[in-house]
Amino acid sequence: MAVESTRPQGAPAAARLPRRAGGGFIGLVTRLFTEKPLGAVGAVIVMIMLLMAVFANWIAPYPYDEPHFSDSLQGSSLSYFLGTDFIGRDLFSRLVHGARVSIVVALGSVTLGSILAGLIGITSGYMGGKFDTLMQRLVDAWMSVPPLLLLLFVMSILGPSTLNVTLVLGLVAIRESRVLRGAVLALKEQPFVEAARVNGATTLRILIRHVLPNVMVPIIILASLRLGQVILIEASLSFLGYGVPPPFPSWGRMLSSESRTYMEIAPWLAIWPGVFLSLTVFGWNVLGDALRDLLDPRMRGTGGGYRSGS
Amino acid sequence: MECEPAVYRFVIRRLMLAALTMFVVSVLTFFMLRLIPGDIVDLMLSDFGYAADRDAILRELGLHRPFYVQFGEWFGGLFVGDLGQSLWTGNTVTHELGRRYPVTLELSLIALVVSIVLSIPIGIITAVRQDTWVDYALRSVSIGLVAVPILWIGTLVVTLPALFFGWAPPLSYVPFTEDPIKNLSVMALPGIIVGIPLMGGTIRMTRAMLLEVVRQDYIRTAWAKGLQPQTIWYRHAVRNALIPVLTLIGLQIPFLLGGTVIIEQIFNLPGMGIYMLQSLQNRDYVPAQTIILTFAGATVLINLIVDLLYGVLDPRIKYT
Repeated sequence: MAVESTRPQGAPAAARLPRRAGGGFIGLVTRLFTEKPLGAVGAVIVMIMLLMAVFANWIAPYPYDEPHFSDSLQGSSLSYFLGTDFIGRDLFSRLVHGARVSIVVALGSVTLGSILAGLIGITSGYMGGKFDTLMQRLVDAWMSVPPLLLLLFVMSILGPSTLNVTLVLGLVAIRESRVLRGAVLALKEQPFVEAARVNGATTLRILIRHVLPNVMVPIIILASLRLGQVILIEASLSFLGYGVPPPFPSWGRMLSSESRTYMEIAPWLAIWPGVFLSLTVFGWNVLGDALRDLLDPRMRGTGGGYRSGS
Repeated sequence: MECEPAVYRFVIRRLMLAALTMFVVSVLTFFMLRLIPGDIVDLMLSDFGYAADRDAILRELGLHRPFYVQFGEWFGGLFVGDLGQSLWTGNTVTHELGRRYPVTLELSLIALVVSIVLSIPIGIITAVRQDTWVDYALRSVSIGLVAVPILWIGTLVVTLPALFFGWAPPLSYVPFTEDPIKNLSVMALPGIIVGIPLMGGTIRMTRAMLLEVVRQDYIRTAWAKGLQPQTIWYRHAVRNALIPVLTLIGLQIPFLLGGTVIIEQIFNLPGMGIYMLQSLQNRDYVPAQTIILTFAGATVLINLIVDLLYGVLDPRIKYT
């Protein structure tokens, strides 16, 4: 990586700061709403999207794939909240179900990605030696290719399906294993790890009982920062035809060229999917940022900041 | 300059690392694609009746040989400038890419220039006017910009003006060498759109670095000497703050290149991204693999240049 060779390593991200105010989840939420107004806005947006995803069947007035041929390409009305598409499917219902698709794919892939990045980062940092060198060259290779292209490539091999997209998007996290590796390199020298080693603890036990709990905070922060990015990449893949396949509604595919022909007569088809997509990404981004600042301000600049999804 | 040998050693070490990275990328893409070798053969057999049976097609394309022979042939060819052949058309990839890379290169350059020229001044303004409404407004915009996907802006720009103004952006590509003005009128909009998501990061980084620099001792010294605020900000602070921003720009390159794929699709520009999509659709392995390798090469090279510039701009940095 560019910075690595020319600048000294930053402070270990894993070292925790003393907590102010009440700890735990409630304390965190309180601090989010009192100290980080923008992050709180993000949290509200994210909550709304999550509720939409969970209760999609109750919120959406129609099934997402129910055509009303006589009502195709209608504008907003009482019966069709945000209008209809070219075969008369209710746009609002499709957007609400799209939230479900988007959130399921994003949460699934971010969980998988965290496990993957954790595995690579922790083992590579702790083992060192040849294994580390080999893993880091693989990570180098991954980081040098535009993620969208590599994922397109893998998706074209596997074929478009919701499960495949979720699995493949997990790979996005490989880039972030670097941050975890750095944290583990610093942890490895800590007295409590040495003490465990002297006591005869096995490597596996040290990794699970002593190292992993100390990198949980960065793992959570990286995951929350990655969510917005993963949602964007899913939309891009679906837009290009390699993501979530029809008939499932995906915000990205709703904007794709097959529906573009109708957008000039029905502009709402071009506007609303983008609004939902952008708001969701915005919500996750500012929430992730606020969480990082609250949980571990030293991680600024390590894996944070907003990244575009392409 | 007694440090020069160190610089050479650094460059050589990095070039070797770069070569290794490229090798790993090529091995990975090559073997990933060949996990299902039957695809293109089935396509050829069913759609066009190229030959009587699978084996004949496999033999004709050279796909019947062991993987490592195929890989050796392709990889060896890269060194002598032979990027392989498209399995469908038989055209060399060199020929196909030669027509297409200028489009992607131009898009990337426009995007990069626009994002740097706009976001560094905006970043400086937000830092100089820290905690005023100007700061809040510009920062909110920069946070918003990252959340708005290229594919949406692109789609809106292509469809909506026609509806409201009876004007649509031109969607037929003209090479720069043929008609520079027409070419730019086609390329400017997509280029700018690709640059937009990059801006958010650069604005934030510029602001954060500038605010960090102005708390340094030498800036306090400059104030104590009674220098003009302009001199302090622009001669002392900004120059030092921009060095880390350079790294960020290097790291943005893969995302920039990914963005061109989407924008080429929307604006119908015959660049490498569209070629990549077409070859994926046709299961044409060789061009896809070469394009990924080219993009990886560009990324590695630009990051090497960024690291070298770092040393030029900040003499405190020692290469090891």
